[in-house]
Amino acid sequence: MAEIAKTNEDILIEEQGYDDHFHEHHEGDKYQSSFIFKYIFSMDHKIIARQFLITGMIWAIIGAGMSVIFRLQLGFPDDSLAWLKPLLGRWIQMNEETGTGSLDPQFYYALVTMHGTIIVFFVLTAGLSGTFSNLLIPLQLGARDMASPFLNMLSYWFFFLAGVIMFYSLFLSTGPFSGGWTAYPPLSALPQASSGSGAGMTLWLVSLTLFVVSVLLGGINYITTVLNLRTKGMSLWRMPLTIWAFLVTAIIALLSFPVLASGFFLLIADRGLGTSFYLSDIFVAGQALDYTGGSPILFQHLFWFLGHPEVYIIILPAMGIVSEVLSVHARKPIFGYKAMVYSILAIAFLSFIVWAHHMFMSGVNPFISNFFVIFTLIIAVPSAVKVFNWITTLWGGNIRLNSPMLFAIGFVSLFISGGLTGIFLGNSAIDIQMHDTYFVVAHFHIVMGVAAMFGMFAGIYHWYPKMFGRFMNETLGKLHFWLTLVGAYAIFWPMHYIGMAGVPRRYYRFDGFDAFGQFTSMNQFITIAAIIVFAAQILFVVNFFWSIHKGRKMVTKNPWGATTLEWTTPIQTGHGNWPGKIPTVHRWAYDYGRDGREFISQIEPLSEKEKAEEDQH
Amino acid sequence: MDTLTQRYEHTTNKIHPLKFALWIGMASITMMFGAFTSAYVVRQSAGNWLEFELPHIFFLSTIVLLVSSLILHSSYKSFLSGKESKYKLLLLTSFVFGLAFLVLQYQGWMALFSIGIDLKGNPSGSFLYVLTGIHALHVLGGLAALVVGILTAYTRKYKVTERRKINFELTLQYWHFVDILWVYLLIFLYISR
Ligand code: HEM
Ligand SMILES: [Cu+2]
Repeated sequence: MAEIAKTNEDILIEEQGYDDHFHEHHEGDKYQSSFIFKYIFSMDHKIIARQFLITGMIWAIIGAGMSVIFRLQLGFPDDSLAWLKPLLGRWIQMNEETGTGSLDPQFYYALVTMHGTIIVFFVLTAGLSGTFSNLLIPLQLGARDMASPFLNMLSYWFFFLAGVIMFYSLFLSTGPFSGGWTAYPPLSALPQASSGSGAGMTLWLVSLTLFVVSVLLGGINYITTVLNLRTKGMSLWRMPLTIWAFLVTAIIALLSFPVLASGFFLLIADRGLGTSFYLSDIFVAGQALDYTGGSPILFQHLFWFLGHPEVYIIILPAMGIVSEVLSVHARKPIFGYKAMVYSILAIAFLSFIVWAHHMFMSGVNPFISNFFVIFTLIIAVPSAVKVFNWITTLWGGNIRLNSPMLFAIGFVSLFISGGLTGIFLGNSAIDIQMHDTYFVVAHFHIVMGVAAMFGMFAGIYHWYPKMFGRFMNETLGKLHFWLTLVGAYAIFWPMHYIGMAGVPRRYYRFDGFDAFGQFTSMNQFITIAAIIVFAAQILFVVNFFWSIHKGRKMVTKNPWGATTLEWTTPIQTGHGNWPGKIPTVHRWAYDYGRDGREFISQIEPLSEKEKAEEDQH
Repeated sequence: MDTLTQRYEHTTNKIHPLKFALWIGMASITMMFGAFTSAYVVRQSAGNWLEFELPHIFFLSTIVLLVSSLILHSSYKSFLSGKESKYKLLLLTSFVFGLAFLVLQYQGWMALFSIGIDLKGNPSGSFLYVLTGIHALHVLGGLAALVVGILTAYTRKYKVTERRKINFELTLQYWHFVDILWVYLLIFLYISR
């Protein structure tokens, strides 16, 4: 180690830290000897985090690109899409006489399905949790790496394989699966039900089964690491909220994804072995099939038992990131730390007993629905606690309006807007009108899709220096923020009105319905907004890759003046995270503006005065 | 692979991280079977459900699996207390019993088939095959772990190292787990006739 000027923090780590003799053991660094093992089959959590991030970004571009194509169809159903022929090939049907091209309706459904699957699972689950749990759990807890770096590597490669298979399914001659991201039978169970139900669905199932394995391997690691490998002094109640969120997310994932897997196994049996778990009395093309005795509702129960927790698997990490970013850039302790933790736990618990609110219109007993209505509406309580605490954290803060902070504040706005519409939908009577309309689309895109993306952006802008040693460009970042925020509201706000009027989701075009003619211009407006927002994301991608090489260099270890441990590691964080000893923790993660000091790092021992105060309690 | 975890043994945690990880894995397997059995209950209560008796051979296979578990346990004890040949022999025996379990399960399926319970027919039969089949796959995973254990036992020099102890304990706990899981399934299937 070259002797560079030691910071106060280095000295603290040396004096107070805990010596685990990590670097004396050659195994610790051994596998990094070659390029392949350092960057490709890496077992270092920081590299794996970047792998998840970049893979997630690629999927985000694909998924968002698909939405632009089907928005073109919805906004301008009569315009020619012939110019897309080089990309989509025969999915653009050419009209010989007029020379115009139109999107194949079957492919429209495939696009909608793939968009949902990709964004929900590959981007917002793997891309978000995979990136930040991997990056932050060891760094913020003072661990050398994950409990099992090997399983961690496998987790990424299962995800990668799942992605390869899903990607391949896009090029099948019969097209990818097209029955919606929820994969309800019979469209998903009968290979002959639609063109995407054959090979497309088979690959979808294989891909998502591998994905479940990836999530489980990752989750086992996250939980084990958080509960076992915290450094000295890092009690649970001293953990940053990010870690709490990742921990609870992983627990939810481990309890709910196996249920999805069991639903998949029964589906695979129906498809391949001729069982009738989900099928009964079906006619395809006038032919009666000999499946009897199954129930498609059974799949819905199994799916939504995962599906609802899944939306919290997506949003909780974003919430954790936002709590951290808000507190750091408001230079204030997070308001109601314990309430934040308890509300995460409450949300996690409740998320398991509300699944049937997706099935109010599936013919479940209306009496039973009442229970689900009540539990669903109760979720609003812990959600409101969180919102209240975020706003109070901002209140009177010394706010830095930089890109991460803007995205964190944007998250709060979106979460409020989207959460409120959830309360409408949670009432089974109102849901009779709203179910399967654009109102639902607006609800979940704002509260989950866009909000979680904002959480992710906040995290990327905030921890970019930790990942790449440089900053992203602020001007581009701000432009990205404003275009995305305004644009996202412009896309999804009007959808509420369209939905209230009863316009159903997943329709190819609406000109067969007189009542919906009035929304033509609104749909055009939405499509244009979607294109602008998509362009803004390209701005982000450019900024991201440009900054890796050209961004402003990070010159101090702790540029944001944050209290947490990841900012005590060297700028170029090597294997094992800390070059010498592991820091010992003496206080919680939110000592901002205490005793007249701007911030006090977690590794700083309590002062005499603080000790005296502590004793009094 | 897990060189890192061993660096942490003197910190706060009392249980080995890998063991902890195994428990979490078991929790998620439990959730999966929980989902299967609740799907079973939901479907059964909807009617149109074929009633039939469980093949008696399933009770025999239960005993075989339980015995295999006990043998593995005493193999572990011998491993710790330095009785090398006993440890190796019991390990092998436990594996054989595990294999016998799978054979018996297969015969159970044949017995079902012979009384006309087909995988494709009424869901009550399909559920039985799927539940027992997926359980058998988990047993297969345990057998794979046992094979690794046997290979270590017979090819490496006998030595009680921390590493080998942990690996043995992981295998042992998983093996007990699939055992208990099977007992749960059997009781479940028996009372929800
Ligand atoms: C106060 C909180 C919330 C309530 C009461 C609520 C309620 C509901 C209800 C009742 C539905 C079903 C509507 C229908 O299909 O007819 C729904 C759909 C949905 N919600 Fe929420 N929600 C809330 C918050 C959230 C959050 C925080 C997320 C995600 C992070 C989320 C994601 C979704 C998704 C993805 C769907 C639609 C799934 C689909 O059909 O494709 N919701 N919500
Ligand atoms: Cu839900």
